[in-house]
Amino acid sequence: MSELISEFDAAGMHPLVEPVDASHGILLYLEDVSVTFDGFKAIDHLSLYIGDGELRCIIGPNGAGKTTMMDIITGKTKPDTGRVFFGQTIDLLKLDEPAIARAGIGRKFQRPTVIEPLTVLENLELAMSGAKRLRGLLSTRLSKAEWERIAAVLERIGLSEHGDRPAGILAHGQKQWLEIGMLLMQEPRLLLVDEPVAGMTPAEMERTAELLKSLAGEHSVVVVEHDMGFVRSIADKVTVLHQGRVLAEGRLDELQTDPTVIEVYLGVSDAQH
Amino acid sequence: MRLPAWLLSDRAGLALLTALTVLAIGVPALNLLLPTDHPLHLSAYTITLIGKYLCYALLAVSVDLVWGYMGILSLGHAAFFALGGYCFGMYLMRQIGARGVYGNSELPDFMVFLNWSELPWYWYGFDQFWFAALMVLIVPGLLAFVFGWFAFRSRVSGVYLSIITQALTYALMLAFFRNEMGFGGNNGLTDFKEVLGFSLHADGTRIVLFALSALALAGGYLACRWLVSTRLGRVLVAIRDSEDRARFLGYRVERVKALVFTFSAMLAGVAGALYVPQVGIINPGEFAPLNSIEAVIWVAVGGRGTLVGAVVGAVLVNYAKTWLTGALPEVWLFALGGLFVAVTLLLPRGLIALWRRREATA
Repeated sequence: MSELISEFDAAGMHPLVEPVDASHGILLYLEDVSVTFDGFKAIDHLSLYIGDGELRCIIGPNGAGKTTMMDIITGKTKPDTGRVFFGQTIDLLKLDEPAIARAGIGRKFQRPTVIEPLTVLENLELAMSGAKRLRGLLSTRLSKAEWERIAAVLERIGLSEHGDRPAGILAHGQKQWLEIGMLLMQEPRLLLVDEPVAGMTPAEMERTAELLKSLAGEHSVVVVEHDMGFVRSIADKVTVLHQGRVLAEGRLDELQTDPTVIEVYLGVSDAQH
Repeated sequence: MRLPAWLLSDRAGLALLTALTVLAIGVPALNLLLPTDHPLHLSAYTITLIGKYLCYALLAVSVDLVWGYMGILSLGHAAFFALGGYCFGMYLMRQIGARGVYGNSELPDFMVFLNWSELPWYWYGFDQFWFAALMVLIVPGLLAFVFGWFAFRSRVSGVYLSIITQALTYALMLAFFRNEMGFGGNNGLTDFKEVLGFSLHADGTRIVLFALSALALAGGYLACRWLVSTRLGRVLVAIRDSEDRARFLGYRVERVKALVFTFSAMLAGVAGALYVPQVGIINPGEFAPLNSIEAVIWVAVGGRGTLVGAVVGAVLVNYAKTWLTGALPEVWLFALGGLFVAVTLLLPRGLIALWRRREATA
């Protein structure tokens, strides 16, 4: 029973039990990962490495396996085969979603997912790492240091003026930034960001690009995005996924001249726009 | 004394607590101070009736905590209420002692009737008030914990979870109907004489039970209000509105759910324990699926996710029930169904929203 209680005590975030070891310069390893849904190979012998502090864009047509890949990294889907490591030592396949989040991987969903009845501040507080054990959860007040952390993130996502407003009444772009802010409150080493600029105005897109670029270095950032203009504005390295595997990898201008890439993705995309 | 900020900003809650204080003092005063022929004199019957409403209100608060704040639509909360009631009923049965029909000081009447020769082991300890009071919390709490642990860990949610909670209370009802269970079969537990040595038929005892119900409701309300004002309360809202978001933020959603579900079941158990000495009987009918559904309707009528609304809804709907089942008994279920439909369509945020709206425009 005492074990159950201590399990409950970990209703929230442990301090990181094991620090991430990215000493080889690589933060995330996916090696030979495959997953099949009802006979459909969603991910097919995928290998991908994300460097420490890197900003990587992942593109690919619908059904290329982008979201499934995110699901595997964050523990929502377990692959049939393959290895997924966070740094040298943390085997992500042995952890569930909350444990992976606590290990330092934050995930932004495709649709902005903020808790609408709560204020912007409360959303950030909700995401704050540390103080998420039961005792911390049963407090009604924030410490000065916690306030400062929240204020810093508010400033960074440009919502300082909106702290006390319910998240539900924010504009679409602001919700996206708030969700990115929530990831930052988790103090992750790796941010997975799914289509951050879908539905944004050009001005909002520009601010988002600046925000994501400013996060790289301090964090590794993986962005899944369809908008080529946006990808061009942020990424130095782009990975093209196709039918569950890596089709090509490199700088966007190089990829755009690659005939296979043009055929499977860019051609289709250009035809659409 | 300064009130904490979480309570100070809760104006509806302060109004509720004030009303409960007035009730707890005023109702006994109207019974004790006024002569029985005075038009404002409250009979012990009326006091017990209001006490019953307060117990229902506490059940409604416990339902609102899990449904309104955490998004778990429990259609089996009356089971926890009934279990709390049975635990306290067992104590009241043991208090009868040798004054039963068969004059057996060791066995309750229904066991003598079934030719049982000794008390089943699970009745041990229930002759002690403290033990029964503890069981009132532990039995519903343990069931809720075990149920929640498995259901939430398997990520059963939404309508499937609601159906399982219905099945849970239905299964308990069938089990308690069986004489072999040792809980009095379909007659349940009744013919109580006294509690802690005080006669249950004395006006004084009834007044104290009423006051305790008001106190329990106030305490239960305060506990829930405090809980939802903490960070944990915001986690509950996050789980309700986006379970995946909460999980990917690092929260062990299933543990939080099991914990709060257990707490809620304990509150329901306390409500049941206070209900039984006031109505004088507990039988398997209390496990009927309809009872749990009614509790959900109280919350919906009053206003889901407000706690105060749960109290308002429980009292008003039950008042209407008392009145209608007296005047037009066959109409009651249709009225209840109609009320639920009307509230869902016209007042999705419940009666409390009317008050909020007035407050907002004022």
